[in-house]
Amino acid sequence: MGFVSLEDVSLRYGGPEGLFALRNASLSVEQGQFAAVVGPSGCGKSSLMKLVTGLLPATAGVVSVAGKAVDGPLKIAGMAFQNPTLLPWRDTLSNTILPLEIVEPHRSRLRQHKAEYVDRAKRLLASVGLAGFEDKQPWMLSGGMQQRASLCRALIHDPQLLMLDEPFAALDAFTREELWAVLQDLWLTRRFTCIQVTHDLREAAFLADVIFVMSARPGRVIATYKVEIPRPRTLENTFEPVFVDLIRAIRDDIARERGEARVA
Amino acid sequence: MTTRGRRRLERAMPWLVFSGLLLLWQAVVMIFQIRNFILPSPIAIFEAFLQYRDPIIAHALFTFTNTVLGFGIGIVVGGFLGIVIGSSRLAYSGLYPLLIGVNSVPKAAVVPILVLWMGIGQPPAITTAFLLCFFPIAVNVATGLATVEPELEDVLRSLGASRLDILRKVGLPRSLPYFFASLKVAITLAFVGTVISETLASNDGIGYLMLQASSQFRVPLMFAGLTVIAIMGIATYVLFALIERRFTGWATRRQHDGTGGG
Repeated sequence: MGFVSLEDVSLRYGGPEGLFALRNASLSVEQGQFAAVVGPSGCGKSSLMKLVTGLLPATAGVVSVAGKAVDGPLKIAGMAFQNPTLLPWRDTLSNTILPLEIVEPHRSRLRQHKAEYVDRAKRLLASVGLAGFEDKQPWMLSGGMQQRASLCRALIHDPQLLMLDEPFAALDAFTREELWAVLQDLWLTRRFTCIQVTHDLREAAFLADVIFVMSARPGRVIATYKVEIPRPRTLENTFEPVFVDLIRAIRDDIARERGEARVA
Repeated sequence: MTTRGRRRLERAMPWLVFSGLLLLWQAVVMIFQIRNFILPSPIAIFEAFLQYRDPIIAHALFTFTNTVLGFGIGIVVGGFLGIVIGSSRLAYSGLYPLLIGVNSVPKAAVVPILVLWMGIGQPPAITTAFLLCFFPIAVNVATGLATVEPELEDVLRSLGASRLDILRKVGLPRSLPYFFASLKVAITLAFVGTVISETLASNDGIGYLMLQASSQFRVPLMFAGLTVIAIMGIATYVLFALIERRFTGWATRRQHDGTGGG
């Protein structure tokens, strides 16, 4: 069993008569692995995020993280979304520190060891290229910089699990590719387990060790691809035949799903 | 026009409009020879103010005290109700209709009941001010809390944050701009409440003064009373606008601070 595992998990919204978002979905992610989840729109990718982090209970099946069945919000996860959701009344540094004000043991240590934590946040911000922006309010940052800060906030408490829900979808193509590299560097140095939901197949293939392809709603995993390209990967890799073939294969899967969904 | 000139003009605008209106008013009264007990001219009103300066100021202070006390209670009760309604669906569905009901009762109709319970003068004035001003505060605070981005809540919940944590770290700071916006509305409503109650049941206050002046056909004096209330209303509004800018500058950020996109 993996670090994160779903076994025949179903999720239904709106009671017994409601719609299934997921049906009999199963997947398994090893500790320290980078997994990407792709699929046609409306396939329940975001529901999957909420199931794994325990924000929603599964209607059927077992979700487990770190060997324990999930029965409530996880407490060990970091999350980042398409919308950076930084707090506009805090500067970048104190936005980054926010999780430390909530997660134990940092929460009770924060007041006495403020300097240590500020230093830690500054180093993390510097590692994503935000040195010198610590005291800027979020709205002074560009979209890409806000998303970097959002990643820092998700990682400041050294979570074992990072959940990303289309974190780069709202950015322009160049900024997005820049942030792939930033995220890869973070992952290579920290080796957290990561599950990233995305629409962007190149992004999935660039970042992930394993890619799960989901079916149209109700979602389940219909294919699993291992990405064997060595790390650290660069944009050069994305033009290699292995990379291009992988994307074409996944794309065909999804196109088939979309076609079926339209007929059904 | 230069930016600086424009900005200066923007600052002068309230005064320009105000003095223009006064001039127009004075001119209309003089040209059509309108009598003082129909519509007194601004000059006549000012004369009346000078003549009755001491009683007017004494009554105004009474009104002001009652308004501020009622407003203070309104902030505490309204803020508390807002937090309760905004953070719990159950409280929302239970309390909201009741609040709307309370708020739609004309407060002038409540004053006699208050008099029955509390006598005349200060107590019903404070209570009426409170009744009029707590509602916008409660509704605004509740709105600020209810519109917290769900993703942000997810981020915090996945860290194991309690509902109190989310309220303290996100909900309350986020609803501050709404709170201050409501204060600006509420303080003027509190003045309305006090004056209503003083008009109906009091021996002090601007409301009482106006009633007396009216029964003696001293119309310039009535207008002088109105003017004093208006000035107090504007002054408190400006005060809260300043406090608002001090505490929630992030919500009204200025364009030239940004580095922009890219």
